[in-house]
Amino acid sequence: MPLLEVQQLSIAFQQYTKGSRQQMVTVMEELDLAINEGEIVAVVGASGSGKSLLAHAIMGILPANAYISGSIRYNGEQLDEAKLKSLRGSEIALVPQSVSYLNPLIRVGKQLQTNKDSIEQHSERKGLFERFRLGEHVARLFPFQLSGGMARKVLVSTAALSRTRLIIADEPTPGMHPDDVAEALKQFKQLAAEGCAVLLITHDIEAAIRIADKVAVCYAGSIIEIAPASDFSGAGNELRHPYSQALWRALPQNGFIPISGTQPSMGLGLQGCLFADRCNRAVDACKVSRQESRQIRSGIVRCMHAT
Amino acid sequence: MLQRLAVFTGKKIIRLFLLLATVSIITFALVAMSPIDPVQSYIGADVMRVGTEQRAEIAAYWGLDKPFAERFIKWAGAMLQGDMGTSMIYRESVTKIIAERFIHSALLMAFAWSLSGVIGFAAGVVAALKRGSWIDRAITSYCYTLASTPAFWVGLLLMMVFAVWLGWLPIGLGVPAGMLAGTVTAADYIKHMILPGVTLSVVGIAPIALHTRQKLIEVMDSDYILFARARGESGASLFFRHALRNIALPAITLQFASFGELFGGAVLAEQVFSYPGLGQATVEAGLRGDVPLLMGLVLCSTLFVFTGNALADFFYQMVDPRLRLQKEAQR
Ligand code: SF4
Repeated sequence: MPLLEVQQLSIAFQQYTKGSRQQMVTVMEELDLAINEGEIVAVVGASGSGKSLLAHAIMGILPANAYISGSIRYNGEQLDEAKLKSLRGSEIALVPQSVSYLNPLIRVGKQLQTNKDSIEQHSERKGLFERFRLGEHVARLFPFQLSGGMARKVLVSTAALSRTRLIIADEPTPGMHPDDVAEALKQFKQLAAEGCAVLLITHDIEAAIRIADKVAVCYAGSIIEIAPASDFSGAGNELRHPYSQALWRALPQNGFIPISGTQPSMGLGLQGCLFADRCNRAVDACKVSRQESRQIRSGIVRCMHAT
Repeated sequence: MLQRLAVFTGKKIIRLFLLLATVSIITFALVAMSPIDPVQSYIGADVMRVGTEQRAEIAAYWGLDKPFAERFIKWAGAMLQGDMGTSMIYRESVTKIIAERFIHSALLMAFAWSLSGVIGFAAGVVAALKRGSWIDRAITSYCYTLASTPAFWVGLLLMMVFAVWLGWLPIGLGVPAGMLAGTVTAADYIKHMILPGVTLSVVGIAPIALHTRQKLIEVMDSDYILFARARGESGASLFFRHALRNIALPAITLQFASFGELFGGAVLAEQVFSYPGLGQATVEAGLRGDVPLLMGLVLCSTLFVFTGNALADFFYQMVDPRLRLQKEAQR
C-alpha cells in the first residue's frame, strides 16, 4: 500500500470575472499519483503547469476560493481536514521554496519550533543544526540574514524530524549554485533512505532524475506521464509521451531542441489532448477527447500514440 | 545599541533646534504681517475710552512700536533664558498658562490617542480576519465615512445627542461652571473630558483601522503564514505567534506619527466644547494677536509633534530587526 495515494484529483478556483459573475476555473485535472515509503517521486514541469498547487492541495493549504475533488489517501485512510490537522507539521512536512516562507521578524531558532513540538523534538531540532553543519549562531539570526546555502539547510531542517513520514519539497533548488544543489539533493536522498517518502516538485529535470525513483511530468494541470527515472536517458526514446521527450531533448546536453509554442493557460476549457497544437504526432482524433491514463511498460501515460 | 541610541537622539535634538528656530521666525513674521492689531485686541471693549496717545503708550509698553527684527531678537533672547514673556490677553506669564492648559490637553489627547489606537487596531484586525464578511464591510465603510467627516461636525453631533438631548454629559468647559477650584473632583474632570475625547478619537480610529486591516491582509496572504499553516499552526496561535508582531510595529509607528493630526483635531474639539486646553488657547492667541502666547504655543506644539515623529522613527528604525541590523551591517 502506498503511503500517499492521489486519485483523480482536480482543483478549481472560483473567480470573479467582469461584473460580479462567478466562474470556476479548473487548474488541475484528474491527477493520479502514488508514493511509497522510502521512495522519491519527482513532479516536473514548466512553471504554470500547476505543480505547486499539488503540494498545497495535499497539505490542505489552498486558498479559500479553491475547490478540490477526487481523493487523497494517506496510509490507507482518506486525508480529510480533521486528519490533516493532526498530521500537518508532524508526519507530513512541507519544505518551501525560499526564505520568504519564514517570518521576517522571528529569529530562526525560535521559529523552527512549532506548537506541535515536545521536549524531544526540541532537542532533535538542535541536533539537526549540527547534522546540517549550521553553527549555533544561526539560531539567533533573522531570516533575512541567512545566506542562500544556510537558508536551504534551515528550510530542510524544518522537515527533517524523525516523526516525519512524508516530505513535500516545493522547488527546493531554484537558482542555486551546483554545489548547493548537490548538497540539497543529498539531504533528500538521505531522508528517503531513512524511510521518508519524498515528493519533489521541481522544474529542474536533471536534479529530479539524479535522485528520484519515478518522475511525473506535469503539463497544463495534468500529469501526462509517470516514468521510472532511468527512462530519462539517451535520446529519450524510452519515454512514452511526446511532451516528455520534447522536454528531455530541450535540455542543453540533449540537443537543445526548443519546443515551439506555449503551454495553454489553464481554465480555457480546451477539448482533447492539451498538447495537441504543439505535438508533431497529433492527428485529428487527438482533439476529440482527453486522453485517458494508460499503463505502458512500467509507466503511465496520457497519449493515444504512446508505445 | 546604546551608542546608536545616543547618535539617534543627538541627531534628533539638533534637528529639533533647527526646526524650532525656523518655526519661530516664520510664525513671528506671519503675525507681524497679519492685519490684526494687537493693541486693538488688548484694549478690547474699552476702545471708546482710549485715545491715540494712550494707544501709542500701550504699543510702546509691549514693544510694538519697534521694528520687526528688533522685536524678534528681544523675544528670542528672553526665550533662550527661559522667559517666554507675558500674555497680552490673559496678562499672566506664558509659561504658567501653557503649563496649566497643557495638563488639560495632555489628558484629553492621551485619552483620545489610546482609545483610537486600541479600537482602531482591534477593528482593523477583526476586519482583516473576517475579510469580505458583513462585519468587514461595516468596519471599512464606517472608516471611510469617518475619514471624510470633519472633527467639529462629529463633536457637534455628539454634543447634541449626549449633552443636549440625553443630558448625560456636560455641554462644555473643563470643569463645572461656577465651582471653586478646590471642590472640583476627579470625576468632574473626567466627565468633561469624555465628549471632546471621544470626538477626537472617533476621527483618529479610521486611519489606524484601515492601515491595520491592509497590513494584516497582506500578512495573512504571505508565504510565511502559508508555511506556518503547513507546519500545523492554526487559529489563535497562528495569529498571535506569526501575525501580531508583524502588524503591531507599523500600527505603533503610524499612531505616533499621527501626533500632528491629533493636535490639529484637539484645536477643533476644544473649540467646539470650550475645553480649556492648548488648542483653545491657540485659537484665542491667534485671533487676538497675542504674540508671546502664540509663540509659546507654537513652539510647544512643534515640540509635541516632533516628539511623536521621533518616536515613530525610533520604532521604525530601532525596533524592526531588518532595518536595525541592516544599518548596523552598513557601518
Ligand atoms: S494524444 Fe495526440 S496530440 Fe496528444 S500527445 Fe499524444 S499524439 Fe500528441
